[in-house]
Amino acid sequence: MLLRLLRWFDDRVGGARFGRQALDRIFPDHWSFMLGEVVLYCFISLVVTGTYLTFFFEPSVREVTYDGSYAPLQGVEMSAAYRSALDISFEHRAGLVMRQMHHWSALVFLASMTVHLGRVFFTGAYRRPRELNWLIGMTLLVASIANGFLGYSLLDDLLSGTGLRVAYAITLSIPLLGPDLAFGLFGGEFPAEGIIPRFYTLHVLVLPAVIAALLAAHLALVWRQKHTQFAGPGRTEENIVGSRLWPAYAAKSVGLFFLVMAVLAGLGGLAQINPIWVYGPFRSGLAVTAVTSASQPDWYMGWLDGALRLWPDWEPTVAGYALPNPFLPAVVFPGVFFTLLYLWPFLEARFTRDRRPHNLLDRARDAPTRAGVGAAVAAVYGVLFLAGSNDVTAGALNIAPESLTTLYRVLVFLAPAVAFALTRRICRELGRRPVRPVAGMPTHTIVRTATGGYETVPEPESASAASSSSSSSSSSGEL
Amino acid sequence: MISYRGIGVAFAASGLAGLGLAVVYILGGQPQWEGALLMVALGGIGLGLIGWAKQLYGDSEETDERPVLPSAYEPRIDFRQSLERSEVFSRRRGLTGLLAFAGGSLALAALFPLRSLGPSPGGALRRTAWRRGSRLVTEGGQALRADSLNRGGIVTVFPEGTEAHEDAATVVISVDPTLLADGTNADWVVDGNIAYSKICTHVGCPVGLYRESEHSLLCPCHQSTFDVLDGARVVFGPAPRPLPQLPLGVDEEGYLIALGDYPEPVGPTFWNRGR
Repeated sequence: MLLRLLRWFDDRVGGARFGRQALDRIFPDHWSFMLGEVVLYCFISLVVTGTYLTFFFEPSVREVTYDGSYAPLQGVEMSAAYRSALDISFEHRAGLVMRQMHHWSALVFLASMTVHLGRVFFTGAYRRPRELNWLIGMTLLVASIANGFLGYSLLDDLLSGTGLRVAYAITLSIPLLGPDLAFGLFGGEFPAEGIIPRFYTLHVLVLPAVIAALLAAHLALVWRQKHTQFAGPGRTEENIVGSRLWPAYAAKSVGLFFLVMAVLAGLGGLAQINPIWVYGPFRSGLAVTAVTSASQPDWYMGWLDGALRLWPDWEPTVAGYALPNPFLPAVVFPGVFFTLLYLWPFLEARFTRDRRPHNLLDRARDAPTRAGVGAAVAAVYGVLFLAGSNDVTAGALNIAPESLTTLYRVLVFLAPAVAFALTRRICRELGRRPVRPVAGMPTHTIVRTATGGYETVPEPESASAASSSSSSSSSSGEL
Repeated sequence: MISYRGIGVAFAASGLAGLGLAVVYILGGQPQWEGALLMVALGGIGLGLIGWAKQLYGDSEETDERPVLPSAYEPRIDFRQSLERSEVFSRRRGLTGLLAFAGGSLALAALFPLRSLGPSPGGALRRTAWRRGSRLVTEGGQALRADSLNRGGIVTVFPEGTEAHEDAATVVISVDPTLLADGTNADWVVDGNIAYSKICTHVGCPVGLYRESEHSLLCPCHQSTFDVLDGARVVFGPAPRPLPQLPLGVDEEGYLIALGDYPEPVGPTFWNRGR
């Protein structure tokens, strides 16, 4: 039956040759290669749960009075957007699970994307011929961060209103264009009525389309250029070693899809996220009367918030023209940071003068300077992320937020310097050592001789420990 | 490695969880059960498939050649020759010039709707709804008198009749007038009632936390701290300017009123704020 269907199809379209090649395709196996797959599967979860949410969500700031089943808010005036989000959480069966699954999927989507980026960076997978895919991946990251922010801004709760207010002020801070840009983006002076419907269109149509198209291009390039692989016995720059797509690799990847979905469903059902009914509604004007304590954005925005907090109160003003305070930490700094990230493959090629194609991956120790730079970036990111929650940390440690801020202002320079030096040093040390620092126990073969005695036979050089990337002779168990 | 029996158990658990999900749903739904059962239903399939795949893998790795990515010399030349058929266009320079003109002005025209996305800021960023004589009313609509607040008290007010105007949000704090420092305009203080814009000069969060013992206002977003006694001078944090002070007075009926709008734009800085 299946074969007849396939024949019917092939008669009209052709493609048996392509299908054969696809099924026989070889994929190198390493646990870290699944990170990109996790990103893809989170995106599928986002589309499925997000589509469901659109059936119930009402992107409107029309004023309504809540009369739903959540007692503490009954009789409270709020926007239709916030009420529909409450209704999804309390009135629609499985609605809360879907909403929380959507939020968790977004968090894991960006987390796995970031770790995937780290894997690609530290292994040098972006080197020729894959610079193009690095650029696509970076754009995916930017688009996904933007869409995540838009997503949690839609609910019109007090927390998201605060986030929007900050976004508005950052837009406003751009010299010359700021006021017009901010009014154009938000539809007027904050809090303009246009925000929610506009951001909704961007969140459910424009950016998902961009992300889907980029994901397709990203995967098409992986398909065309074939995956990179780690060095190992029989692995060269010219070949690809692994297992065939069909059936084992496909079964494993589909299994991973179900596992990712399972984790997201478990989080969505069991781990509360963004409880908007606790925050209360954001109502234009009146929202400012609510005393908001510790307000934190989603994790992927935390570093920007941290930069805003650590930046000193400078605001140079000449003849009435100001360089608004948020402009440098919230526009220039992320702009420069992402530009450098975009350009990294080309910068590295220029500095190392290595423009050859690479299909074999580095390990961190094979490129100590690169590893050091990566560690420094991670350190800056980490300090800024911590600074983004300095009020919570200070509260937990029972110290003044002021002293923590001062500490972070020092750390944001000190930590990357230390991380760079330390990582580079460790990588250089490791590079001088045998291929695998932990290669299992030393083994010896003991042979009984014809006379009944025992003799130790010297082990031949272990093939599995040999690597083309290291000149040192392999030995076992040394560290 | 999961045995074939284990794979079977995983699939069976998944099937049962799926049925359980239907039962929970019919009974009215319950988020924790839904999440847990969905997790088992999905996870059973996932674990089973991965277990099965590992059984199938065995030890053998297979090897293929990688394709040479760059095209050979011949196809590149052929492509270039095909591409150069575009000479038919460049032979008619006048026409291509006009086409470029048409495309360019169309692109320019496509930019015009961008202007419609929002009103021109004009003076909107420099004004609030406060007028000379506006009474100070709370969220509940109550007008404030000079003795409405106890010493150390704080309340958020709006100009009467315009409670929805975000940028007009103002905090009134009652302090001991003898403590006031030079930064404060004492003419605008009525019986120790002092009013500041509630919109933080950093990125516009509501400055909502008042530490009475230190007489300081704290922004919950980025911890900018303002000294209430000294013209809301910035004591700590990234805010670049003090909070503007609202000129306060009293009308003939004894209610607190504004003597006019804020003397300077409230909220975060924009580039030509000082002009």
